Amino acid sequence: MQLTGIRGAHRWLRLSSFARTLLALCLITAPVIGGVLPEDRADAMWHSYSGGDITVDGPSVLVRKKVGDNLSFTANYYEDMISSASIDVKLSASPYKETRRQYSGGVEYLHGKSTYSAGYIYSNEPDYKANTAFVSVSQDMFGDLTTVTLGYRQGWDQVFRDIKTSGGDIINDPTFHEHADHRGYSLEISQILTRNTIANFNYELLTDQGYLANPYRKIRYLSPGEGNGYTLADQVYPNTRTSHAASVSVKHYLSWRAAVTGEYRYFQDTWGIRGHTLEADYTQPWHQFTFDVLLRYYTQNEADFYSDLFPRADYQNFMARDRELASFYDWTIGGGGAYQFRRLSWAPWVSKSSLNFHYQHLMIDYRNFRNALLAPEYGAGNEPLYKLNANVWTLFFSIWY
Amino acid sequence: MRTRGNGTVGGAGRRVAAGLTALAVLALGGCSAMPTLPLTPWVKPYEREHFADPVMAQNRDPVSSVYFEHVWESREGSRGATGAVGGGCGCN
Repeated sequence: MQLTGIRGAHRWLRLSSFARTLLALCLITAPVIGGVLPEDRADAMWHSYSGGDITVDGPSVLVRKKVGDNLSFTANYYEDMISSASIDVKLSASPYKETRRQYSGGVEYLHGKSTYSAGYIYSNEPDYKANTAFVSVSQDMFGDLTTVTLGYRQGWDQVFRDIKTSGGDIINDPTFHEHADHRGYSLEISQILTRNTIANFNYELLTDQGYLANPYRKIRYLSPGEGNGYTLADQVYPNTRTSHAASVSVKHYLSWRAAVTGEYRYFQDTWGIRGHTLEADYTQPWHQFTFDVLLRYYTQNEADFYSDLFPRADYQNFMARDRELASFYDWTIGGGGAYQFRRLSWAPWVSKSSLNFHYQHLMIDYRNFRNALLAPEYGAGNEPLYKLNANVWTLFFSIWY
Repeated sequence: MRTRGNGTVGGAGRRVAAGLTALAVLALGGCSAMPTLPLTPWVKPYEREHFADPVMAQNRDPVSSVYFEHVWESREGSRGATGAVGGGCGCN
């Protein structure tokens, strides 16, 4: 059997496998508002990402339904259809296509001014399976000016590595089967400040333990006189990570019926990454339309064990070249619109419906991740810094009933 | 050797869990003490109509906003505290 790594560095989602399930939990529990259950609503969405020779498309369907006055159920199906020939794939593997499917469900129970939530997510792709459970409690207090939400989540992942056999079949490498466990603790405080202004504070602690690396991606180290001047080798990650993130956002209602939001997030982890996020949003309704614009800036330094080009093999105990661990900054500009339909004559049970489109353009400038594909022209370590531009959009139809 | 990052997970997690538990007890069990505090709610229920307006929703279209957060978290080293859950508005 010929054991050949076939994906190499693709995993456009791998680095944040737990984070993405956390986001899904946000989906199936949002908007959890103390004392108020979510509206009965269904969304059918198509999403698209295109950038860096990666395309990811797929559907997402979200349904929420109340049962009685105190219970609300949520279900979501989400799919990523990935086609990748990214710079990482070109460097150390071959282009690939794969599909990830995610199923999630949640329940919320309202009791007085408290809301209790629980959810479960299962994500399945050929070489990664993730299970995540979640509970939270939300409480209105101080004359309903303040809402406090506490959450806990735990995840159990199984990591595989695909290989291509001599017969051309793609299978899981029978010699590679790893695990990763995750825990998350969150605190959210929502506070009405004035009759037009509300503030949110979020804190989240995430811990990971197990196999946290990408089994396909490679580091490179200097090899003067050989090939392109460098040699590829496996990454070696720490098997634990603890991160802290805290954000503050303020949303203000403007007198001409519009809203503006400002947000800042600070992030740090035990891998040495420090990140800062700034975001501003503006929402403006006009007749049956609602328009949104967004501007976001993000910057981070590199992880302690990251290097674009190590001086030699086995230079240190942990070594990584994942560009998500590099030093970089990015800008996102975006906008969108929603059109709200009048009552649908053919569906009298629908109280409201809308067609929505959101678009964002993401621009990433890496400070110490170079385009290694250009090494033959510039020499190892002297290649131009890599840049990534991506177009991201969603188109979805929503109904309330 | 300049690497680090293999720190203990359980210790930090237990400390934060204990802190959050204590906060939960205070928050959920101590609400009855709130009326005795000198500070009283300064925005009355009838003054909160703007928070019921959809433009003030913390997460108006979760199916889409979670997807965009998903893209950022896939491309960046930071994670968490995105506020995607949304917060209370007391507008009921």
